[in-house]
Amino acid sequence: MAKTAAEPTEPEGAKEQRLLTGAEILIEALKREGVDVLFGYPGGAVLNVYDALYDAGIAHVLTRHEQGAIHAAEGYARISGRPGVVIATSGPGATNLMTGLTDAMLDSLPLVVITGQVGTNVMGSDAFQEAPIFSMSMPVTKYNYQVRHPREIARVVREAFHIATTGRPGPVLIDLPKDVTIQQAPYVEAEALDLPGYQPTVVPNALQLGKLSTAIARAVKPVILAGAGVLHARASELLVAFAERTGIPVVHTLLGLGAMPATHPLFLGMGGMHGTVVANRALYECDLLINIGARFDDRLTGNPKHFAPKAVVAHIDIDPAEIGKIVHTHIPIVGDAKAALERLLAMPIDPPKADAWRAYLKRVAEAHPFWYVKTGDLKPQRVVELIDEMTEGRAIVTTDVGQHQMWAAQYYRFRRPHRWVTSGGLGTMGFGFPAAIGAKIAAREETVIAVVGDAGFQMTMQELALLKEYDLGVKIIILNNFALGMVRQWQELFYAKRYSESLLPFQPDYVKLAEAYGIAGYAVSTEDALTRLLEKHLFDDAPVLIDCRVSPGENVLPMIPPGKGLHEIVGTQPPEGAADVVYRFGSSGIAGQEVSAP
Amino acid sequence: MKQLLSLLVRDQAGVLNRISGLFLRRGYNIDSITVGCSERPGLSRMTIVLDVEDKKAAEQVKKQLHKQIDVLKVIDLTERSVVARELALIRVNASMAERAEIDHIIQPFRARILDVGRSSVTIEVTGGSEKIDALIELLRPYGIKELARTGLTAFARELDVGQEAEMKDIIGTA
Ligand SMILES: Cc1ncc(C[n+]2csc(CCOP(=O)(O)OP(=O)(O)O)c2C)c(N)n1
Ligand SMILES: [Mg+2]
Repeated sequence: MAKTAAEPTEPEGAKEQRLLTGAEILIEALKREGVDVLFGYPGGAVLNVYDALYDAGIAHVLTRHEQGAIHAAEGYARISGRPGVVIATSGPGATNLMTGLTDAMLDSLPLVVITGQVGTNVMGSDAFQEAPIFSMSMPVTKYNYQVRHPREIARVVREAFHIATTGRPGPVLIDLPKDVTIQQAPYVEAEALDLPGYQPTVVPNALQLGKLSTAIARAVKPVILAGAGVLHARASELLVAFAERTGIPVVHTLLGLGAMPATHPLFLGMGGMHGTVVANRALYECDLLINIGARFDDRLTGNPKHFAPKAVVAHIDIDPAEIGKIVHTHIPIVGDAKAALERLLAMPIDPPKADAWRAYLKRVAEAHPFWYVKTGDLKPQRVVELIDEMTEGRAIVTTDVGQHQMWAAQYYRFRRPHRWVTSGGLGTMGFGFPAAIGAKIAAREETVIAVVGDAGFQMTMQELALLKEYDLGVKIIILNNFALGMVRQWQELFYAKRYSESLLPFQPDYVKLAEAYGIAGYAVSTEDALTRLLEKHLFDDAPVLIDCRVSPGENVLPMIPPGKGLHEIVGTQPPEGAADVVYRFGSSGIAGQEVSAP
Repeated sequence: MKQLLSLLVRDQAGVLNRISGLFLRRGYNIDSITVGCSERPGLSRMTIVLDVEDKKAAEQVKKQLHKQIDVLKVIDLTERSVVARELALIRVNASMAERAEIDHIIQPFRARILDVGRSSVTIEVTGGSEKIDALIELLRPYGIKELARTGLTAFARELDVGQEAEMKDIIGTA
């Protein structure tokens, strides 16, 4: 086998074409893809690229760490639906991207990541700042390239954008040796894409859709599980229309939130480990489960043995490898969620006779709301509620990973799609704040709120420098419980309260920290103070940091303990004799609303 | 269970890494893997023998392979009639006196002696893996000094007919 990729042959007339350096070809190719912003950090191996960028007219956001750059690109991609583009230098610059690549891979986010590499003449010799990024990134990218000649660059960039954004989206990395960026070549227009091994099935099989419609007509306890695939396909409206047409209630995965408005009377809320009782009950008891663009993550299914045990399972997914991977599937449908929903809506499907089921689920939802106990201090759940109330569920909310993330998912009632940015599959602490920066760059007119934990924020808080510099009015809400809260919760519940390394008594003074970075900072510990601050700061376009000192020791409930089934959910009721209990339906729209037949 | 797969892959830098890395990451055990040119320029053929848990795992393997951008075709030969061959080189201890005996043993296997040394002979044998296993067992008493096996390479008889059914399987719309 050949060691290197085949070099393209020069087209006729190439000789007369103007010669460009590899770096210039790269910039030109990015422009032709419509790229208008890059997230990156320079260094030796990409100096030629940065030189070409100097007067190229593409915006560049200089984060303070490469991890910040790639998470910002993820936030940008999630909100804009367009690929986030990242540049980093070889060696440490590139290795700093590994977490973000893996995060984007697991959450199917389109990224094109360009890493510098040492010159081809010294590659393999442990040269200064050489790291084997091509092989390191192979398992955590959808595809990756190492370019050996400037003539390949235009084609590789074209392919990279195509692969990143089509089928199941994902990150694509291009490793670019330094000499390739300075060598000259004509700009070789990328011809028609030549990717015979990559032909995602978009249009679903009509026969399979027919089977699904028959199953729907027969079902009496149907439920739709809608994941991020619906959002990637930009099919939220179709999802709602399909649910309304058939009267089938909808459960969202963590990453699917927003596709159906949280207040919709057919919405049951989020399913899974910290989902609503009614969502999990529906997943457990249904006789037909229609999964649209979710991958049956273990945080959603709990013990898969007890997942939808009585159901006929239909699964619509653009990625055939997800079908049947975790849950046995009776009706596999490979295709894009939008294409599938369009066709389903065009079919004469008899709505299932599910009146009794909907009425039952409504009763379950009403009987099992979220709850928390007032303790005199600021409740983290209440912080999210306040933000939800004030923004009417219309802001862009990003989170980090931990308890605050789950509270945001439970209590923020998303009324619109593409407003929710969180690290689902990898659960990457440090994601939330830089992701908010990327989200704000993608949607400057929108209110962008980063709900973060005290521990996770400290992993990437160096990016505070960007708010002032790039005039980004991100609102940072720290749910400060002086703990690695989620770890503390598991230690309380499963490790006999042995709080091993999960308490964070020492914290920086976030107010001073904000001031040091030239932005307004506050610390609050009462609802009144917080309300006043939010009223003042939530709706202008200036950055603000609010350190919310919330009840320490609060737990996220309800919970399906690890390894347990959906029916083994605990913490659905407040403890006996708890005095001041607050009950909330959170994001289960079915509760308290009229649910009528379609 | 054993799974026998034939892959057509783009002859790109790193393609072997991609495939073996996928098996490692997803916890599939490789019995053997062979790579070489195929009938089409720019494409290589890989023959892979895997040890998988069950049918469901075997299905997953195929889907994961098919998802690889450098993989053009995944053909499952497990339950197909195939032509499959492996080559082994076996160096066994052999005194002058034992050589005739060894010659006799290898005859029915259509193996042959490639090289003769002072105290050993090197035997070449081609065939299905079980045949090679059998020969090795027969030669073991003489003392095997060195052994090298290529792993199985294979394809289906009447490739085209079966393949169509196979592709449907892979994209799950059959
Ligand atoms: C990079 C990384 N390291 C460790 C973990 C494990 N982990 C999950 S949640 C959590 C605690 C997070 O604490 P904080 O950010 O304060 O959020 P809280 O749970 O308190 O809301 C930890 C350590 C992780 N998810 N990511
Ligand atoms: Mg915390």
